[in-house]
Amino acid sequence: MKLSFFAAAAGLLSTPLYAHDYTVGDLTIHHPVVFETAPMAMTGGGFMTITNSGTAADRLIGVEADFPRVEIHQTVVTDGIGRMLPVGAIDIAPGTSVTLQPGGYHVMFIGLEGRQLKDGDDVPATLLFETAGRLAVVFKVEKRPEGTGMTMQHGSDAGTHSH
Amino acid sequence: MNSKLLTVSASVIVVAAAGAMVWTAVQPPSDIFAGCSTSSVAGAAIGGPFTLVDETGATVTDAQVLSKPTLIYFGYTFCPDVCPTDSARNGETLDLLTDTGYDAGVVFITIDPDRDTVDRVREFTDYFHDDMIGLTGSPEQVAVASRAYKTFYQKQDTGDDYYLMDHSTFTYLVLPGLGFVQFFKRDDTPEDMAKTVACYIDASANA
Repeated sequence: MKLSFFAAAAGLLSTPLYAHDYTVGDLTIHHPVVFETAPMAMTGGGFMTITNSGTAADRLIGVEADFPRVEIHQTVVTDGIGRMLPVGAIDIAPGTSVTLQPGGYHVMFIGLEGRQLKDGDDVPATLLFETAGRLAVVFKVEKRPEGTGMTMQHGSDAGTHSH
Repeated sequence: MNSKLLTVSASVIVVAAAGAMVWTAVQPPSDIFAGCSTSSVAGAAIGGPFTLVDETGATVTDAQVLSKPTLIYFGYTFCPDVCPTDSARNGETLDLLTDTGYDAGVVFITIDPDRDTVDRVREFTDYFHDDMIGLTGSPEQVAVASRAYKTFYQKQDTGDDYYLMDHSTFTYLVLPGLGFVQFFKRDDTPEDMAKTVACYIDASANA
């Protein structure tokens, strides 16, 4: 069941109309998406799953895109208070997947300045990995999935899970 | 000075006494919501008066905004992850309630009044639900509303216009005449929230 494999691998982003993957070295980047933004929103969140099928660790150390600022952040909720902390890098241990998802790690596209990201749009970006190097990807803009709440952040270590 | 102090003290006592009387008068029998409650609150009471600015630029009070059972959320429109997720969830909750015949409201109060203008808050809330009410105000007005609901917010100063805010992520259920009765956390689903809100509405109608 290929479909259920993707559903398991992608976690919250489990029901894309279509999935798109990229490969660089031992890394597979599954279905990078940005959720559609409100018309005057200044920021958009990018999500994806990165799988490291190799035997050595790698790290996502940056993302480049055509916005005033692009950063990697982690949402941390402590005692009901949400904080977004810039993180310098995301470790991807060998044989594991890391999912960037709402409530956890995400790419922050900052400074939309009136450029609403709409369902069906493409956001070209470049992912920078410490070992695997640069990888050009397209974040597909999709409608926010309904009824999800924040169920995925619980019981997982900021979206990291092993295969 | 002493007489002024006395006057102030007396006022405080009068206000406190009046507050206690009002509380006693409106406090429902303690168990009518027993079957609804999913959160417990210890310590200071949540909720209270505020004056803010609505989506049309009009100044409004809590009494005007909270005329029906209402979910209140404090957030900001520059927020890329938490606030859109929670606002979409609260909008879905309102849909579920409306679909099952309950008349309720959803309010979004910005804790970033420096950037969240009336227009920006209106467009943000309209995106998540046609009936979601967005409120902003002066920094002082927002501080009063936030204090009333015991919420926390703090700017992460990055030295430019793209700063982020740390903020409380609870959603508060307020009933007309009764005030705050229940809060929801981020992992509560629209289905769970709608069920709980409906329970409170039913219970207060039967009281």
